[in-house]
Amino acid sequence: MSTDASRPIAALLIAAAVAIVGVLIVVPLVAVFAEALAPGVAAWWRALTDDPDTRHAIWLSLTVAPVAVAINTVFGVAAAWLVARFRFPGRSLLISFFDVPFSVSPVVAGLALVLIFGRQGLLGPTLAWLDWKVIFSWPGLVLATTFVTLPLVVRELIPVMEAIGPDEEMAAVSLGANGWQVFWRVTLPNIRWALLHGIVLANARAMGEFGAVYVVSGHIAGATDTMPLRVEKLFQEYRQPASMAVASVLAGLALVTLVAKFVIEHRLATEARDLERARSADGTTHDATLEAA
Amino acid sequence: MIAFAIDSSPLPGSTTEVSRSRRCPRGRRRRPAVLPGFGVSAAITSIVVFSLIVFPLAVLVLRAASLGPGGFLAAAWTPRARAAYAVSLGASLIAAVLSSALGLVVAWVLARFRFPGRRLLDALVDVPLALPTAVAGLVYSTLYVPKGWLGQWLVPLGIKGAYSFLGIVLVLVFVSLPFAVRVVQPVIESLDRDTEEAARILGASRLQTFLRVVLPGILPAFVTGFALSLARALGEYGSVVFISGNMPFKTEIAPVLIVSRLEEFAYAEATTVAVLLLAMSLALLVVVNTLQQRLARNAQ
Repeated sequence: MSTDASRPIAALLIAAAVAIVGVLIVVPLVAVFAEALAPGVAAWWRALTDDPDTRHAIWLSLTVAPVAVAINTVFGVAAAWLVARFRFPGRSLLISFFDVPFSVSPVVAGLALVLIFGRQGLLGPTLAWLDWKVIFSWPGLVLATTFVTLPLVVRELIPVMEAIGPDEEMAAVSLGANGWQVFWRVTLPNIRWALLHGIVLANARAMGEFGAVYVVSGHIAGATDTMPLRVEKLFQEYRQPASMAVASVLAGLALVTLVAKFVIEHRLATEARDLERARSADGTTHDATLEAA
Repeated sequence: MIAFAIDSSPLPGSTTEVSRSRRCPRGRRRRPAVLPGFGVSAAITSIVVFSLIVFPLAVLVLRAASLGPGGFLAAAWTPRARAAYAVSLGASLIAAVLSSALGLVVAWVLARFRFPGRRLLDALVDVPLALPTAVAGLVYSTLYVPKGWLGQWLVPLGIKGAYSFLGIVLVLVFVSLPFAVRVVQPVIESLDRDTEEAARILGASRLQTFLRVVLPGILPAFVTGFALSLARALGEYGSVVFISGNMPFKTEIAPVLIVSRLEEFAYAEATTVAVLLLAMSLALLVVVNTLQQRLARNAQ
């Protein structure tokens, strides 16, 4: 292809891509921080710390997200181990269930939880008798957040575990290691970057989730408002600067997430290359398709 | 293959999906029951999948089914609900078309050209995945109001991006753009450029080369990106509530209708609308999975 002739087209396409990402992504991102800090850093800080409801929302987000991420981590490791290391009937069906939370609207998920745990719900009378509150309360927020983030860890782990293969684990077993020893000494060191990647993504989603949490929270200021819900409430109350201040914290968190993701992906790529090199040197498990890709 | 599985975008359910069906050759698979932990992992997985996914969605569907066909229709097919479906479907379709078209340009540039700032551009594409949707909705609405950064230029031209149908489309393009880009990008990277060159040498014009050589190669990925964007757009709630104004019959999308019915304790209507939305998402999920299996087969 003659590069001279295609150069103007290349420049045009690059300009178009920069414009698309600029207008859709960069301008809004810059605007969050610009608008939040427009009244000054001191006013920004006061907007975050003076309002007890905002303080509570920050605290609530910081407690709900880790619990949801923890559940997800345990589930993700167990599910990836199951799917990547064993063949059993119903395996493909199970894998497609992992994807369901991605395509279901968070609002629909929230509603389903209300239909089970709400006062009018399936378990409503039982919960009332036990005096447990799930909907409009902390457990409901955790359940809704766990649902929307469910695929994130397991989806990261499955391809990596399948790529690594079970050989090292089988060697460990044949040398007399028990299940926990295999997991802690062989599997976990191999998957640690992929696991961290999944955890970082799940945490970002958990901190930012809005729709599912909105439905189950009942939106009670100072009780069940998480940070994203607080952003909306302040916006509804025409307290734009305060709303922007909370939004800027969430946006800052998103940027930290992206940097972490970038670093981890670099590590993952390095490890994949090492693995590939080891395999090629090995010769026995060498596979022509490894290098083709 | 390993490199593909790990280097591919972490975009869940999309590119990783591809690697799933490109798994290791069967011969190297171990037989079950040699490794420990089947029981424990099966127990944890099935408890979580059942109690968080299967059971809640089954309850939702059964609750709607208990209304009977007549009751279901009466609740799901009200004029306000019909308007909400139209807004939801219309805005999501337009957004999915826009985001897969714009996504193709971005993916092409990232895959084919080397220029200063390319890695930054590549990283910025992931921002909508990490930025909470509420933040996106809030900032988009402030940008496009008449006094906003972009609104001050656009509103005098008659382009109202806040509290309008256009606003819904804008935020939906924002939330779905990474999906459109990340599905197509690795496929463009893997295209064989020799074929394109051969076509050019044999006298095909640039357009002919694109239509006859490049397009057939990226079409499955492009359609997958479209379907993923559509699925994401249909379910989106957080960003839309800020920018749409949520006017019944005009700018009210289906998820917003579900929430407002729920707040009125109109469970029947909320549930039936939710079941229709769920059916659409699951149908799209099946389409995406089928396409991705085909994509994986093409890649091999």
